Amino acid sequence: MEHVLGMTAIAVAILIGFGALGTALGFGLLGGRFLEGAARQPELIPQLQVKMFIVAGLLDAVSMIGVGIAMLLLFSNPLITVLKG
Amino acid sequence: MSESAAPTATEYIQHHLTNFTVGQGFWSFNLDTLITSAFLGLVIFGTMFLVARRATSGVPGKLQSLVEVVIEMVQEQVNDSFHGDSKLLAPLALTIFVWVFAINAMDMLPVDLAPMVASLFGIEHWKVVPTTDPNHTFAMSLTVFFLCIFGNFAAKGPGGYAKEALTVPFGPAMAPANLIFRILEDLAKPISLSLRLFGNMYAGEMVFILIGLMPFYIQWILGAPWAIFHILVITLQAFIFMILTVIYMSMAYESH
Repeated sequence: MEHVLGMTAIAVAILIGFGALGTALGFGLLGGRFLEGAARQPELIPQLQVKMFIVAGLLDAVSMIGVGIAMLLLFSNPLITVLKG
Repeated sequence: MSESAAPTATEYIQHHLTNFTVGQGFWSFNLDTLITSAFLGLVIFGTMFLVARRATSGVPGKLQSLVEVVIEMVQEQVNDSFHGDSKLLAPLALTIFVWVFAINAMDMLPVDLAPMVASLFGIEHWKVVPTTDPNHTFAMSLTVFFLCIFGNFAAKGPGGYAKEALTVPFGPAMAPANLIFRILEDLAKPISLSLRLFGNMYAGEMVFILIGLMPFYIQWILGAPWAIFHILVITLQAFIFMILTVIYMSMAYESH
């Protein structure tokens, strides 16, 4: 049981950590390209901004799914339910 | 409340993460999700319907201007991305955006408010944000998925649909590979669409619940920035759900 708890803690840390890493890198690249594009063609800034938010939503998705699963593991761990039942 | 002693942290969190469920197994209905989303839909769309009925072409009032702004924004997005012929898509996009935004906005209510009101009526649990319930987000994304399939059939015919599934992107010689890619892509779309919205809202609600566990003098310091950030997340997730619906439908209607 303690083993499962310990492994769950590590799993939660990895889920959130790697999600954050990937999202941070992705947003950095996205923002950088947006700024470059905006500097080259300022008249396109509104359109580019909308598209940037769209891609931002896609970037967020999988790391948010990871955070959701991590929260589930942390607060109502289904692995412990399997052990108990 | 029915506890004689104050709940522990875990009990508090578990209580706030439990839906008001009726029934067992496959036939369990999360009544709080269904009732809240239906009620919000009635209120918001009833209001928009009344505004449409009393719309003036003279100088509009504030409510009419607000509704017009929203409709124009959605129309612009649909016109930008969708080049097919469907009378369904713009109203669908409007519905999705306004409904998901209203539902997400319920996350701004105090965490303890809904359970307190529900316990006055004798109901143990009430989760007031339907999009934190994966049943709701999957219901929406599966609906979009089936609409895309119907759209494919409507725009290309069954023969054209089958041909496209077998020949794009590698050419007719590699039909099995094309089909596998197509199936994977078509499965990933509704799953990611729903889990994106669910994950964002669930994590947001979870942070609000955790902030609710803090002593009262810390709650404002943590809660205010998170609530402000969450306003952005709410709007963004509703917008992204709508945009992706429009894009998926436009992919169903276009042919090469």
